[in-house]
Amino acid sequence: MDSISFASQLFQYLITGITVGSVYGLVALGFNIIYNSTEIINLAQGDFVMLGGMSSVFFVSVLHLPLAISIILAIIFAFIVGALFERVAIWPLKNANQVTLILITLAGSLILEGIVMLIMGKDPYTLPYFTGSKTIFLFGAAISPQYIWVIAISAITVASMSYFFNKTITGKAMKACSDNPFAASLMGIPVKKMILLSFAISALIGAVAGAAITPSLLMEYDRGPMLTIKGFAAAIIGGLGSFGGAIIGGLILGITEALFAGLISSGYKDAASLAILLLILFIKPQGIFGKE
Amino acid sequence: MKLEKFATAAVIIVLIIFPIVASSNDNLSYYINIMTIVGIYSMITVGLTLLVGYAGQISLGHAAFFGIGAYGSGVLTTKFGIDPWLAMAAGAALSSVIAYLIGLPSLKLKGHYLAMATLAFGIIIYIFFKEADFLTGGPSGLPDIPGISAFGFSFDTDLRYYFLVYAILMLEVIYSNNIMKSRIGRALKAIRDDEDAASATGVAVYRYKLKIFVISAFFASIAGSLYAYYLNFIDPSTFGFFPSVKFLIMVIVGGLGSLPGTIFGTWFMTFLDSEWLSSIGSLTTLVYGIILLILLMFLPEGIAGQYRKLKTKIVMRKNEK
Repeated sequence: MDSISFASQLFQYLITGITVGSVYGLVALGFNIIYNSTEIINLAQGDFVMLGGMSSVFFVSVLHLPLAISIILAIIFAFIVGALFERVAIWPLKNANQVTLILITLAGSLILEGIVMLIMGKDPYTLPYFTGSKTIFLFGAAISPQYIWVIAISAITVASMSYFFNKTITGKAMKACSDNPFAASLMGIPVKKMILLSFAISALIGAVAGAAITPSLLMEYDRGPMLTIKGFAAAIIGGLGSFGGAIIGGLILGITEALFAGLISSGYKDAASLAILLLILFIKPQGIFGKE
Repeated sequence: MKLEKFATAAVIIVLIIFPIVASSNDNLSYYINIMTIVGIYSMITVGLTLLVGYAGQISLGHAAFFGIGAYGSGVLTTKFGIDPWLAMAAGAALSSVIAYLIGLPSLKLKGHYLAMATLAFGIIIYIFFKEADFLTGGPSGLPDIPGISAFGFSFDTDLRYYFLVYAILMLEVIYSNNIMKSRIGRALKAIRDDEDAASATGVAVYRYKLKIFVISAFFASIAGSLYAYYLNFIDPSTFGFFPSVKFLIMVIVGGLGSLPGTIFGTWFMTFLDSEWLSSIGSLTTLVYGIILLILLMFLPEGIAGQYRKLKTKIVMRKNEK
C-alpha cells in the first residue's frame, strides 16, 4: 500500500469525489427544477435515482434486454413515473399548504421504495460496466472507466438542460413560470403543463444519474432518502434554485465526502457531508452562490 | 362538549381497567406490552402534533431525539453508573439544546428548511449510534440497561411500568393542552392560518415555533429514556429515518393538532405494525406510503377532522329540528 504516494492518493479521492459529486449535482438539479416551478421540496427526488438504477437492472436481468436499450427504457419509464406522480398526487392538491405538499412527496417516496422492494427485494444490485472494467491508471491513481462515464453523462445532462431551459420555447416557458406563474399564464403559457413537465424532467434527470452510478456504486431499494438529502445539501450549498450552483454544490459535497472518507473515517463520511448542510444553514442559508 | 368529557372519562377508565384485567389473563398480557409502547410513542407524537398541527412545521428526525433520550439513558447508566432519572434529565436537556440549535437557523427561513435540517440531523445521529460502538455498542445494540424505581418502589413488572408511562403521558397531555389554550397556543393557530398576518399583528412567529420545536424534542427524549428502561436493550434501527416517518404518519392519521386524535393515531398505527404488518414485513413501506397518500388526498384532517365534521352535521341537524 505504501507504494502509492500521498499525492496520487489525494488524486484518487478527488476523482471519486467528482464522480459522486456530479451525481449529487444531478439530484440537486432535479430538486431545483421542481422547486422553481412549484416551491415544493420533493422528498422523492432521490427515489427517482433509485428508480432509474433499479429499473435498468430489471430490464437487463429480468427481461434480458441489452444494456443500452435497458437504460433508455428506464429513463423513459422514470419520465412517465414522474409525470404520473404529478398528475395523481400533486395536481389534485394544488391548493394545499406546503406541509401537505411536502408530505405527499414523502408518500411518493415510500410508495416507490415499497414497490421496488416488492419486485426486486432488499438486495443491492449492479449493472455491467458501460465499457469494460479495465482500470485506467493516471498519476498513480486507479480510475474505473465507469467513473469517466458518470462524469461525462453528468456533464452532457447539464449541458442539454441548460440548452433546453435557455434556447427552446418550452424550456423558456418553464423558466417564465418559475419567475412568475401568474404573469406567465397571462402570456398564454399553460402553467399546469409546465409543472407536469418539471416533475417528469426531474425524474428523468434522476434516472440518468441512477443508471450511471449503478455499475460502480450498486443500487438498492432504500437508497433514495440518503440521495435526496445529499442532493438537497448540494442544492442548498449552491443556492436553492440555482442550476449552476447545484452542480458546484454537488462537486463540493462529493469531494469533501471522498476526502473525509479517505483521510479521516469512512464510517462517518455521510455524517460529515450532512454536517456541511447544517453548517451552511447556520452560516449562510442562501447558499455560497445564492443571492441575499 | 359533554359528549367529549364523557368519552375522555370512558377512555381513561378503560386504560386503567384494561391492564389490570389483562395482567391476570395469559392471552391478553401481551397487549400490556404493546399498550406501553403505544404510551411511549404517544409522548413523541403528542409533541410532534404540536409542531406539525400548530406550528405548521415538519420534523423528519424526531426518532433522533427519541434516540438521544434512549442512548443518553442507556450509555450514562451502563457505562458511567449514573442514576436513571438523572440520565433521563441529561438526555432531555441535550435534546432540547440540539433542537434549539437546529431550529434557530432553520425556523428563521421561509419554506421547509426545518424538515430538511431535521432529516439531515436524524441521519447524522443514526450514523453516530451505529459507528460509535465504544459507547453505543454499534449496530448490535446496547444491552443491560437497568430499570427504574422511585422512592424504593421499583417499576419492574409490565403492569407497574404501564402505569408509570401513562401517568407521565397524562402529565404531558395536560401540559400540552394548557399550551394550546394559552397565549402561545392562540399565537400558533394564528401562525398556522396566516403567517404573514400573524407577524404583522405582532406575533413573534419565529420564537413560538422554536419553543414548540424544543418542547417536542424534549418530549421525544423523555419517551426514549422510558423506552430504554422498559426494554433494557436498544439498537440503532429503532431511531433511523423510517421511524421518524412513522411518527409523522401517526400524527397525520390522528388529524393534525388534535391530542386525542394523535393518541388514537399512534395506537392505530402501532397495532397495525405489530399485529398485521409484521407478518408481511416486505409490505410495510408500501402500506405506509399508501396510507399517507390516501390520508393527505382524501382525509387531510385525519380521524379527528372526520369526527369534527360529523359533529357539525349532528349539531346542524339538531338545529333544523
